[in-house]
Amino acid sequence: MFDLRRWGARTGGSKDAAKDRLRLVLMYDRKALSPELLNRIKDEMVGVISKYMEIDEEGVQVDLDQNQDQAMLVANVPVRQVRRGAGGVSR
Amino acid sequence: MPGRVVVITSGKGGVGKTTTTANLGAGLALEGYRVCLIDADIGLRNLDVVMGLENRIVYDLVDVVEGRARLRQALIHDKRVENLYLLPAAQTREKDALNPEQMKELTAALAEEFDFVLVDSPAGIEHGFRNAVAGADEALVVTTPEVAAVRDADRIIGMLEARDLRNPRLIINRIRTDMVRRGDMMDIDDIIEILAIELLGVIPDDEAVIVATNRGEPVVLQSRGRCAEAYRNLVDRFLGKDVPIVALDGHSKLLERLRSWMALGRRPVSG
Repeated sequence: MFDLRRWGARTGGSKDAAKDRLRLVLMYDRKALSPELLNRIKDEMVGVISKYMEIDEEGVQVDLDQNQDQAMLVANVPVRQVRRGAGGVSR
Repeated sequence: MPGRVVVITSGKGGVGKTTTTANLGAGLALEGYRVCLIDADIGLRNLDVVMGLENRIVYDLVDVVEGRARLRQALIHDKRVENLYLLPAAQTREKDALNPEQMKELTAALAEEFDFVLVDSPAGIEHGFRNAVAGADEALVVTTPEVAAVRDADRIIGMLEARDLRNPRLIINRIRTDMVRRGDMMDIDDIIEILAIELLGVIPDDEAVIVATNRGEPVVLQSRGRCAEAYRNLVDRFLGKDVPIVALDGHSKLLERLRSWMALGRRPVSG
């Protein structure tokens, strides 16, 4: 087998990349965060946020992302304008 | 009491299902158990060549299922070990020449005669896999320390559990202690943490397996060598004996350290 050490090169630590990538891919594979589920989360978020601000529903993106050693649920919500009275307690 | 029907599976191809089946089977037979190996990979049979029995095939699994041969006629006796038999796959047929119902009947009939019936599953998650698991009481999942193999193992574990094959056990094949040590290969703990199933055994990556396969002799039949030892430990653990996994690891680490001292300045000994 080709042995990198023979050429004086050292890689090292690539197993962490393997583990992180596996964790993320398995999250999708296990259907815990299937596209359908992500869509449902997105729809509910749109519902909640729309109570307070006018948003561009077409532009909303919800995705599972990887940030260093952690999976992140990242939502991009374009806001058109904040509704009048949204900051108040009573309506 | 009927014997145990055990399916050996992996999802991904090329991780060592067939080699594992051959060595686990031969190892169990060495311990005095009556063992029958079934090659369930219709159309792509391999277990016969790994076992070195390819020249003795007259009838195959599909001949039995379709009534052209009796079960006893199709079984090939491995003369090196008492009580070790192989039921070969059909080579010139398609995977749909067999259905899960037929496989259930077949494994049930064999379980009457044998202590262990080991089914070597084809790669994939389709027809061949469904046949292979149909009659199984328990499952072993083989993986290697690679992203693709572990991912497929995870998928297979899910499918096994959906088929009521609860608590499949894991065999990690082709681990390289030198790469693990420098952080370039996932170790046992990494894989177990990700897959969250019970570990049955770890087999080091070793040329001895390739050499043995070239000759058609399961490596477990050799009296010496770390792979033979690893397979014997696997067999013992399968039989419920308490053999620590770390014993193999520590042993090989020491050996490797000795080797590297002796080979100082020379090309490192791999694997």
